[in-house]
Amino acid sequence: MDSTSLLAALVLISAAAYFLGHKKSLAIAGNSGGIRSLHSLPGYYGTMVALWCLMPALLLLAVWQFSERDILQSITLDSALISDVPDDEVQRGLLINTIENVAAGGLQTDNPEHIAAADYLNELRSSSQNWRSLLVIAIAFLGSLIAWLQIRAEKRARNHVEMIFRVALICCSLVAIFTTLGILLSVLFEASLFFRQVPFFDFVLGLHWSPQTAIRADQVGASGSFGAIPLFVGTLQISFMAMCVAVPIGLFSAIYLSEYAGSRLRNTAKPLLEILAGIPTVVYGFFAALTVAPAIRDWGQAMGLTTSSESALAAGAVMGIMIIPFVSSLSDDVINAVPQSLRDGSYGLGATKSETICRVVIPAALPGIVGGILLAVSRAIGETMIVVMAAGLAANLTMNPLESVTTVTVQIVTLLVGDQEFDSPKTLAAFALGLMLFLVTLVLNAIALWVVNRYREQYE
Amino acid sequence: MSSASNLSVADRVNNSLQRRYAAERRFQWYGRAAIFLGLAAVFLLFADITAKGYKAFVHTQVQLEINFDTLEMGLPANPSAEDMRRADFDRVLLLAIYERFPEVTGRTERRTLRSIVSSGSVYQLQAMLESNPELADTTQSVWLIADDEVDVFNKGYVDRDAPEAQRRFKDPQIAWFDDLDSQGDIRIVFNKTFFTNGDSRDPEQAGILGAAMGSFLTMLVTLLLAVPLGVGAAIYLEEFAPKNRLTQFIELNINNLAAVPSIIFGLLGLAMFINFFGLPRSAPLVGGLVLALMTLPTIIIAGRSALKSVPPSIREAALGVGASHTQTILHHVLPLAMPGMLTGSIIGMAKALGETAPLLMIGMVAFIVDVPGSISDSSTVLPVQIYLWADSPERAFLEKTSGATLVLLAFLITMNGLAVTLRRKLERRW
Repeated sequence: MDSTSLLAALVLISAAAYFLGHKKSLAIAGNSGGIRSLHSLPGYYGTMVALWCLMPALLLLAVWQFSERDILQSITLDSALISDVPDDEVQRGLLINTIENVAAGGLQTDNPEHIAAADYLNELRSSSQNWRSLLVIAIAFLGSLIAWLQIRAEKRARNHVEMIFRVALICCSLVAIFTTLGILLSVLFEASLFFRQVPFFDFVLGLHWSPQTAIRADQVGASGSFGAIPLFVGTLQISFMAMCVAVPIGLFSAIYLSEYAGSRLRNTAKPLLEILAGIPTVVYGFFAALTVAPAIRDWGQAMGLTTSSESALAAGAVMGIMIIPFVSSLSDDVINAVPQSLRDGSYGLGATKSETICRVVIPAALPGIVGGILLAVSRAIGETMIVVMAAGLAANLTMNPLESVTTVTVQIVTLLVGDQEFDSPKTLAAFALGLMLFLVTLVLNAIALWVVNRYREQYE
Repeated sequence: MSSASNLSVADRVNNSLQRRYAAERRFQWYGRAAIFLGLAAVFLLFADITAKGYKAFVHTQVQLEINFDTLEMGLPANPSAEDMRRADFDRVLLLAIYERFPEVTGRTERRTLRSIVSSGSVYQLQAMLESNPELADTTQSVWLIADDEVDVFNKGYVDRDAPEAQRRFKDPQIAWFDDLDSQGDIRIVFNKTFFTNGDSRDPEQAGILGAAMGSFLTMLVTLLLAVPLGVGAAIYLEEFAPKNRLTQFIELNINNLAAVPSIIFGLLGLAMFINFFGLPRSAPLVGGLVLALMTLPTIIIAGRSALKSVPPSIREAALGVGASHTQTILHHVLPLAMPGMLTGSIIGMAKALGETAPLLMIGMVAFIVDVPGSISDSSTVLPVQIYLWADSPERAFLEKTSGATLVLLAFLITMNGLAVTLRRKLERRW
């Protein structure tokens, strides 16, 4: 039985289990004076039986799925069908791959040992599948039977079901912790492998980035150099340009929309600006690479400047457009949170509206606005597609916005896309960059969230 | 002593009024300019992509007289499916082209000539004959998909007055095109191929079905994982969780994850799901897992605020008539919070649908022709397809890229519009 039909069978069995549990509780109730003699509603008895049918069976199925592949492979290798199984990890992996491919019918081979091993593997696989179906269904029946036998009038089925429900909910919320942990572990682990090959300070303080590693050891330029300063500078440069676009436009439009605009303008302009937040970044990247960058290059050349067609300016400007709604909606929130009494006080002293905004509302809202801008900076630093498509690959250490620079995210993508061996410093460098990116954005977010929260409390 | 100090306060205020009102007006203009610039960016973006992309939905076809000569094709009487596959439709196509332009005889010229129709046309002919075997040994006029260069020329992207050296579409090709055009053998029709094909190296044969299917499967995995997990976590944190270190830590994590760059989730997917758990590369399964983890914070945060907006009186009433805590939440609070949760989920899914960067990390950037059929097949998704096409040098792919972008934007606008309508329709003000 394949996984889909096995799951379908499980669903059917659990439905039957629900029905039986429900029926038994009703029968008990009928013998002893109606439903009110039961501790819980009959549905809870049914649910209890169905849950004990599903949970152990699904757990077994998951464990089986997870471990089946490795176990079957090692059984095949240990089966003495292959005369010389290599001890080397990599060679073993290659051999297993070959056998897997032969077994799947994707590879023709003349090696009789491989064919025999592949046949054996297929045989194992089909018997494993049969055993799996058998055991899973048996466990499902067993689970339901035990739960069914426990049904009595005084059985606290509702509490039982609610407890399971609550544990499930806790597991759902723990996913957030596991995700963070997973990110940290995977990035830290690979990055630590990288720092074993490249010293940490060479990476953080090095001025030269060219991650080509040689195929042969004696090749010219065999040692790639991993100085990440040009990437950090490029990232900051592009983010700075994005902020130069996004902060004035976002802030002023938020101020205008919340303080001056009538409800009609507000109700049309605000959703229109928020469209920008919903556009996928790849679309911005396309726009930057094929419309904005050529336009900037042409203008630059018309003014007699040497302009790269992958200028930092194009990527930065388009990224700024992307961040406008982010800045404006965050600023909008904090400006609206400033109590009206502050404004009224300022008007009462005879200040004009703009004076009130500049000297009372903005200073009062400043922590919130700064927090919002920090969040926007962290988003700009981590933004990938725009820079991958519109910024260059060459790691120039330059401040000229018309030249091409590269960023951390661009390098992560270039290092990891395409064929790769997983232990070369080239691919591991991507994880080291990822670690830097994660830490920097983490710190920025933490500061920003702290500032915003403190500010919110101030007026509550 | 300066003269200003001789003036009364009222005079000084009155004197400064003009300057202050000017500053007020200037300030308002800054605001208007900012809004104008923002809206101009929206408009420019859409206008640019639409202008580049709307022609991707039509394509050029060329009409040729095809003689389905069984002798030339090497097709026996009552052919089997295997015979059909082996039959030399290329030969028939070439004969038809040569017959249409008998004056072209040179080898190189003929080679250029044959590329006037798409190389995929043979499959079209094969499909025709397969569906209607009676066409054998008859001559039919057939509309075939034109080569991308013909298409590009026909759509007016090539300046025919430019010097020949600057054009990829040379003078003889223009002459053949004009000849066909004057006979009415060139037409522009709706581009069905764009919606029914997978990716291809030939721009005229490339379509978005493969990528759209990949997106669908990926979204399916994301939906099935992120929504239950997100709703569950939201319920726990908002309704059950005691205020302790653990729940504070969970909340901190969720807020942080919401702001972690998406590419980091790609690194997680690569290191965790692919290298550690050994899940298949390039598969919608892994893509969906990664995107689910990425959208989870969005859904949790939206879900919590939806639960928060249900007034405590509802809970108290339910508890008052004897419902348990869980019953109160499942039977009374959750149904009332559902519209808000649904809206948050749709917005989260829209974000996931447009996401590209993490999918690049887990290998969903491969060139894949086949339309994926299951969540473990290699596939790509719409945004990645856009990225791949945007990198292609051919002029015709530029149009495809914009076309695919328009399709993606249409999906996203529909989803966001749906979220907004749902919120308007179902939201209750208490």
